[in-house]
Amino acid sequence: MTEILEQRKKQVLENGKDSYALECGKASTAGSVSQRACVFCGSRVVLYPIADALHLIHGPIGCASYTWDIRGSMSSGPELHRMSFSTDLRENDVVYGGEKKLYAALVELIDTYAPKAAFVYSTCIVGLIGDDVEAVCARVSREKLIPVLPVHSEGFKGTKKDGYRAACEAVFKLTGKDPSTPVSKFSINILGDFNLAGETWIIKDYYRRMGIEVVSCITGDGRVDEIRRSHRAALNVVQCSGSMTYLAKMMKDEYGIPFKRVSYFGIEDMSSALYDVASFFDDPEINEATENLVRSEVSALLPDLADYRRDLEGRKAAIYVGGSFKAFSLVKALRHLGMDTVVVGSQTGSSEDYEYLKEITDEGTIICDDANPLELSRFILEKGADLLIGGVKERPIAFKMGIAFCDHNHERKEALAGFEGMRNFAREVHASVTSPVWKYSPARLAMGKEARKGGES
Amino acid sequence: MSDVSVQKKIQARPFASTRNACKLCAPLGACFVFRGVEGCIPLIHGSQGCSTYIRRYGISHFREPIDIASSNFTEASAIFGGRDNLVQAIENVSRQYAPKVIGITSTCLSETIGENVPMYLFDYKRTHDSSDLPVLVYASTPSYRGSHMDGFHEAIWSLVSSLVPCRDEGLHRGEKERERGSSRVNVISGFVSPEDIRELHEILTSFGVPYTLLPDYSESLDGPSWETYQKLPEGGTPVADIRAMGEAMGTLYLGKAVSPERNAGSWLESERDVPLYPLNLPIGIEETDRFFFALERVTGKPTHAKWKKIRGRLVDAYIDGHKYCSGKKAIVYGDEDFVCSMVSFLDETGINPVIAATGAPSTVFAARVKSLLRNSRSPCRIMDDTDYATILEVAREMSVDIVIGNSKGLYLSRNLGVPLVRCGFPVHDRIGGQRILHLGYRGALNLFDQVCNALMQSKQDSARSGYTYI
Repeated sequence: MTEILEQRKKQVLENGKDSYALECGKASTAGSVSQRACVFCGSRVVLYPIADALHLIHGPIGCASYTWDIRGSMSSGPELHRMSFSTDLRENDVVYGGEKKLYAALVELIDTYAPKAAFVYSTCIVGLIGDDVEAVCARVSREKLIPVLPVHSEGFKGTKKDGYRAACEAVFKLTGKDPSTPVSKFSINILGDFNLAGETWIIKDYYRRMGIEVVSCITGDGRVDEIRRSHRAALNVVQCSGSMTYLAKMMKDEYGIPFKRVSYFGIEDMSSALYDVASFFDDPEINEATENLVRSEVSALLPDLADYRRDLEGRKAAIYVGGSFKAFSLVKALRHLGMDTVVVGSQTGSSEDYEYLKEITDEGTIICDDANPLELSRFILEKGADLLIGGVKERPIAFKMGIAFCDHNHERKEALAGFEGMRNFAREVHASVTSPVWKYSPARLAMGKEARKGGES
Repeated sequence: MSDVSVQKKIQARPFASTRNACKLCAPLGACFVFRGVEGCIPLIHGSQGCSTYIRRYGISHFREPIDIASSNFTEASAIFGGRDNLVQAIENVSRQYAPKVIGITSTCLSETIGENVPMYLFDYKRTHDSSDLPVLVYASTPSYRGSHMDGFHEAIWSLVSSLVPCRDEGLHRGEKERERGSSRVNVISGFVSPEDIRELHEILTSFGVPYTLLPDYSESLDGPSWETYQKLPEGGTPVADIRAMGEAMGTLYLGKAVSPERNAGSWLESERDVPLYPLNLPIGIEETDRFFFALERVTGKPTHAKWKKIRGRLVDAYIDGHKYCSGKKAIVYGDEDFVCSMVSFLDETGINPVIAATGAPSTVFAARVKSLLRNSRSPCRIMDDTDYATILEVAREMSVDIVIGNSKGLYLSRNLGVPLVRCGFPVHDRIGGQRILHLGYRGALNLFDQVCNALMQSKQDSARSGYTYI
């Protein structure tokens, strides 16, 4: 059994048993095999869905290769974001500097692809070799008459969270630039939704049915022109708050736009997201439309969930996701399926997040920050989880342990947001948990789980 | 996909930037080699993201746990050096995984700030009881030099040159070994699939001689379902087998895109007088014949009759399918050695490779491809240091029937409206990438069926009536 590394002991606790506050927000322990990525990753995933912008990665080739077409973010129009552009720095550039190459790359790519704006991501070595990325961006911006925005995302300068911040700082520079386009008084921006498998479209449709105008989705199915007028919206609605709250705060300070943190996963959180927005505007028509919408969606959804719940009742779940806000929703969503969460952790949660997780989970639930594969496999085994919710890196852990898996990460191809997302979620969990393949899993047979449960389903 | 609308504006000029890269960075190749050594965990000396990205990229292809540690640079380590992080990483990874070997790679970051990892390791070993330490192997893999394939060969070189005893220590024993007729053979497998490595095992076993196959991730990156969680999956070339490479009668190095200074086969030849047989990856009849011939020469034993039978079946399949393939135009892309051998294979089936492309710069790629085009009747555009966007632009100027290579070629196949046969690395959008067989006569049979069937389906799909017999 894996011993938890000394430096990480306080980053794991058992709810009800350990009284200390969970340590978090620190750099990953060297050699711990963290599931986290880096600052660059944080910036890249947040800005990725802005579909009519050029995303140029300044550095050696790896960072661009590993992020080509990485998210399932859909666009209703241009798809420039699905191309991977890199300055592909070589040894000579490292010796003599990469500014010339960066300039040439920006000019040729802007001439060729006519983007509405360009983001230039600095990777690890850019600062070390002395490139003045700001100056090159400013020059190209002057010459090509589009915003060219540096994103300070050197991998080692913090954690993924710092990358979110760098992304927010870059995108903030686009806001406040279009004062003329008229905007409804009942208007919002959607922050922190990335239109994975078309999720933004689902959410946008709810707001449309409520009578609320969405000015910009900032990122999901994002367009530069929409972001340029986003400062005119009445409210910022922030989901995936770990990544975009910083932008919401900047927009509040600069333009006085209040913001609300919401989640679009699960029934309660999805409903309260819509009610929270409705109550902000406090308009009788909007209130009524919202009530109708929630009522009709939920009443259509519940009978479907009941079917899934029959098979899932009493099963146990482990959750390991990037941001802990999503974990809150998942704990609640799993309850609707009759499932208890026995392990829950995230890469980048804050102490308040973890305190809240303590409140909403049962005694005995393991809560962990910045876990690694060996810890996760140990917790899953100890707690007898039947399902792991995570991303691609967690998937083989689940499968090798002989338990079900649901992909809730940014590569997913199933829409899991909104009421219909909850239905998809239930279907996906059900399909994996009740699959007949577990009958053959040596791990399941060794645990005696097949004889006890799998045989019936 | 994305650049369809703006395509007209693009001119045939070289870009300063790389657009949809057809290569990966060096640490990736090194990490997979290290995963192919028994009890070895890779450790990347750099930012946390490097290990996570490489893990994710590998997991999507192999669909197996791929644990890679990181020394997790911070701003302080970038300024003051990463020695403390590296030491902490070695100790933590040892504590958690109890590895037999730690395969350490550098990154663009650690190389740029001039980290002297060999010195760190020397000091570390000096101050620690060696009996408790795992074997520490270091591969220098700056991501700004070469591609993942350079990292791959570098890691092999570092394993061999640091584990095989040098002339002074070992020659006497090696000589004796050979005098009494050792028939040991070394095979360095190239960046091939776990299924390919299993095929190599079967071939080598059939010669009935002891052998070292390096790297061997046939189990560690494609294992069975487990009973209990394995910290480090079973399988991999045992360290003892690597140490024994100096005693072999010959080294078959599959793949020629290796720099002479970092060729583990050359090292064995110069340090231990083990003759080197540089070979292309044995894909297709011609290259597989060469491989068996080399094995016969080194071991002094004949090829087992079963391979001749399979070869016969392959010839039979080529004949059965030749009319569907004849004159069809293919795009082949990927790493240099993979492309060269695929060109050789396609050329012998009557398919004309019209674009042969590789992402890394190479001075010999064009000559290698030309020498392997023995039958093709169409001119072939041979491009090194290129990317998918450029390949697509060139392909639009010609008519192409099929795209053959890793799943990133979807970008080409979708835009050109022709089928994609997935092989090589990575295969991220299908299951079973790790089980694709390319090597040997059976590999050629598999590839031939895939390619032929894709062409037949294309014909079927485009025929109004569809055909139930083709």
